[in-house]
Amino acid sequence: MDISDISDFPLALERDTAPMVSFRKVTKSYGSLVVLDALDLDVAEGEMVTIIGPSGSGKTTVLRMLMTLETINGGVIYVDGEPLTHMERDGRLVRANDRHLRKIRSKIGMCFQHFNLFPHMTALENCMEGPVHVLGLSKRQARERSEELLAMVGMADKRDQHPSRLSGGQQQRVAIARALAMRPKVMLFDEVTSALDPEVIGEVTNVIRELVGKHNLTMLMVTHQMGFAKDISDRICFFYGGRIEEQGTPEELFGNPQKERTRQFLSAVKEAT
Amino acid sequence: MLDWRWDFTWEILPRLLAATGNTLLAAGLGYAIAVVLGLVLALAQRTPLTVLTVAVREMVEFIRSTPLVLQIFFVFYVGPQFGIRLSPWTAGMIAIGLHYAAYLSEVYRGGLESVPKGQWEAARSLNLSTGRTYFRVILPQALPPSLAGMGNYLVGIFKDTPMLSVIGVAELMHTANAIGSQTYRFLEPFTLVGIIFLLISLPTAAAIRLFEGWVRRKLGMG
Repeated sequence: MDISDISDFPLALERDTAPMVSFRKVTKSYGSLVVLDALDLDVAEGEMVTIIGPSGSGKTTVLRMLMTLETINGGVIYVDGEPLTHMERDGRLVRANDRHLRKIRSKIGMCFQHFNLFPHMTALENCMEGPVHVLGLSKRQARERSEELLAMVGMADKRDQHPSRLSGGQQQRVAIARALAMRPKVMLFDEVTSALDPEVIGEVTNVIRELVGKHNLTMLMVTHQMGFAKDISDRICFFYGGRIEEQGTPEELFGNPQKERTRQFLSAVKEAT
Repeated sequence: MLDWRWDFTWEILPRLLAATGNTLLAAGLGYAIAVVLGLVLALAQRTPLTVLTVAVREMVEFIRSTPLVLQIFFVFYVGPQFGIRLSPWTAGMIAIGLHYAAYLSEVYRGGLESVPKGQWEAARSLNLSTGRTYFRVILPQALPPSLAGMGNYLVGIFKDTPMLSVIGVAELMHTANAIGSQTYRFLEPFTLVGIIFLLISLPTAAAIRLFEGWVRRKLGMG
């Protein structure tokens, strides 16, 4: 059900000035529980935005909606200027059909907390699956691309191993390579270090660090690693109760938080670590 | 005392072994139908089409709640009233294939449901189509947990083939019965039938367990 009127939303955003990702009055609720309340959030091309906040604040939902793993109840999400959750029909926006979703979704890649590698495929096969069966690359092209990416994440020597033979950190690095093999414009990292043993967190964060430095990827990340978020983010959004309570550069948000709830959250996190 | 005649035993053995071929053929064909149709029934119950889902679920429930022998009779004897005239073999294969398809669909359903939700989400994040997601990602993972149940029903369908004798399919039981009627000796033919079933069932069950382990290793899930 749409609970907000979207009739005055643009059919597309101005290509040159459009942010890579734009949430416009996006609402998500499960029954009477409102997870996200009229969220407005723009992410510029090449920007690295980290979402922090207490559990249940809706931060993971933001990524899941963008990956179209969750439907939205109100508002519109635009990606690269085009509506993602909706499409144009007869001059107005209607709910996107499967074909439209697949077209726009191809610009987005995602890494999950629990890696979600395909257990019956080797690391290399995991990476080749999308390029071969979705992008239509030849096996040889897909293999070259995948091997390159596996080398980049330091997993070249493990390419023929099944996920069950890999550590959590190794699996997550393969998952990053798998997502990148689809050449997305936007990458989503959903608590990618939360399921990892402390000693291997670094090998995953280092890969993400390298991506930030070398590629013009737009990235959205949900994490509990505050130090890491501070280091690599262009902007931090603090979510509370389904809304952005406060946002700013890492220096602003961590150094001089304006809102009481932000201060409470940051000091609670600091105590825990 | 027990009147077992060895000369008679050797005399009827070739006939029974020939009929064993028919039994294996019936079990194999019926199982092939059930394996494929069962998957169709399982997948049909996962479509967003509520009408189809409910209809298939009710059909599966109906088949599982009525005796196989009734279904065999129904297809063979009631079919002609609707203009569907089938040979005993065809009617038997349809009935037993459908019957076991209903059971196998439940096995597949369990296997499909055992695949973690994250696998669907990963497939979607890679933009795989629904068909590809099923055939490349979900079904290969649903298979290993389904194999034990599939194996049980393979042995089950084999043991149920004697039911086809009621409509005149010349399988093992039918042949043993015919020998008995002709010679008035039932001890040797029926005992042999039991031994033959045992000699096939036991190694099959063992082979299925080996196969299960092999598939798990092959899929990297060992």
